[in-house]
Amino acid sequence: MVFPVIAVTLFGRVLPTWTLSLATIAASNGLVALGIVVLARTGNVSFGQGLFFAAGGYGVALIANNWGITDAAAQMLIGAACGGLLGLVIGPLIARYSGIFFGMLTLALSMVFYGALVKTTVLGGSDGFNVVRPSLFAISFVDPREADFMLYAVSVVTTGLAGIAATILFRSEFGLASLAVRENNLRVEYLGISANRIITINFVIAAVFAGASGAFALMAQRHIDPQFAYWTTSGEFVFIAVLAGYQSVSAVFVASLALELVRSFSNLYLPNTWQLVLGVFLLAVILFLPRGIGSLWIRQRRKSAGVSAETSAVEEGAPS
Amino acid sequence: MNPVLAVRGLEKRFGAVVAADALSIDIAAGQRVSLIGANGAGKTTFVNMVTGYLKPDRGSIALDGVHIGRRSPRSVARLGISRSFQVPQLFIELTAAENLAVAVSGMHATTLSLHSPAEAPGRRDKAIELLQRFGLANLADRPISELAGGVRKLIDIAMALVRRPKLLLLDEPTSGVSAEEKFATMDRVIHAVAPDAATIVFVEHDMEIVGRYADRVIAFYSGRILADGSPQDVLRDPEVRRYVTGGAR
Repeated sequence: MVFPVIAVTLFGRVLPTWTLSLATIAASNGLVALGIVVLARTGNVSFGQGLFFAAGGYGVALIANNWGITDAAAQMLIGAACGGLLGLVIGPLIARYSGIFFGMLTLALSMVFYGALVKTTVLGGSDGFNVVRPSLFAISFVDPREADFMLYAVSVVTTGLAGIAATILFRSEFGLASLAVRENNLRVEYLGISANRIITINFVIAAVFAGASGAFALMAQRHIDPQFAYWTTSGEFVFIAVLAGYQSVSAVFVASLALELVRSFSNLYLPNTWQLVLGVFLLAVILFLPRGIGSLWIRQRRKSAGVSAETSAVEEGAPS
Repeated sequence: MNPVLAVRGLEKRFGAVVAADALSIDIAAGQRVSLIGANGAGKTTFVNMVTGYLKPDRGSIALDGVHIGRRSPRSVARLGISRSFQVPQLFIELTAAENLAVAVSGMHATTLSLHSPAEAPGRRDKAIELLQRFGLANLADRPISELAGGVRKLIDIAMALVRRPKLLLLDEPTSGVSAEEKFATMDRVIHAVAPDAATIVFVEHDMEIVGRYADRVIAFYSGRILADGSPQDVLRDPEVRRYVTGGAR
């Protein structure tokens, strides 16, 4: 799994400049959506990941401006830490709720944060504030193409590593228990496992991913404002997660890239109706792939596994 | 000998309905106790209170001398009480082996590993061993959604067995099983449960099953104990025949 990450990173060397920033945004958004998918495996969807996205972005921006930390890798870690710490505070409280209450609470918290940011003049209010261009390991990038590639590389490597970590997590005993919580959390409790703890840990992981992504968005724009926490920002991440489905890590990045491509091209060719194109795209995926883009290859894998299980069951004389 | 389960003065009301009315029951280690009673007599409420799902209004429940009346289902499970359900409570989209792997994970640790594979050899072996006991090993990799009701029931019981409970509560283990298969199913359950659960309490409506497999019967009526004793005595009790069995046997 490491080789594809290296290959995609090096591939950035031959990509046109405009695709570098598009891919950076896709990787960054994919990271938040991956967190939503991690959480969705427990049966809970967060409609307020913008909260952690903004917490990561604002945390990094404040530290960069006050303490001069502009290293991209350090900023990514600071963003992840800010998101994770906030997730640690909110997670245990919110894990007691489920379904629509869980989703609405996350949305409400993100909007409270948005409202607070808009009214906080020291943080620039609704206009936000700017930060300097990031460096990497004490190297400053003056050439815009090199700066874009650096950001692309850091975001692809980070997102790739997060994807590998999520794959290990999905296949782990914790990952299996998360799916069990999604299906029947009372039975999980009867087995002596804390469903709330599982939801909390997944929530914190999602918050860490969103915080790191907020740092990337900040580095890419070199500006931050309360829009980071706004509900439409959170909605976009959910949009990607719905497109991807909850069964595959790679599907999240495919969905994120597909969304960015559809958005960019529809914006280019149909500037007045690009939202309509996006809506039709989502409808088509929901209609034809109700379990998301990932079901395309997961279904295929299950089919082949089912065929071999069927064959061995027949060989062992299983009751039909 | 100290009882495994000691219940004293247990009361539970749902508005005007009395689901448990000053219940006092001792269950000794090794007993196989059947709870009988008409629908609404309070059997499942009793099971729900013992397993921590419902909190009693009054009274105490002790497992091996430890009070458990106010504990959560998770805490009660960790102390040694497991249960199966009238309607099997399984993880439908997971396979039979994965269902049992979740149960095995719960047995070993309070904190689950974030990297150890879900079906690591130890966990998988334990899951297959349990399925083998119920004669279901060949269905290990089939999703629960594809399995028949009777098979689901057995997997539900297998999951309750993973913790090697001190007390195993089975809620209608043969409901939904055909008349021809009920004895075979119950034989399979008793045989599979024997190595891991010394004490069994099962809720049952079928008096033939009760007569054959229980060594003690407790008859419930309107939240009270109507009769308590050997199957022969309880099933012949005129009150039990009038209010519970309706003249069966």
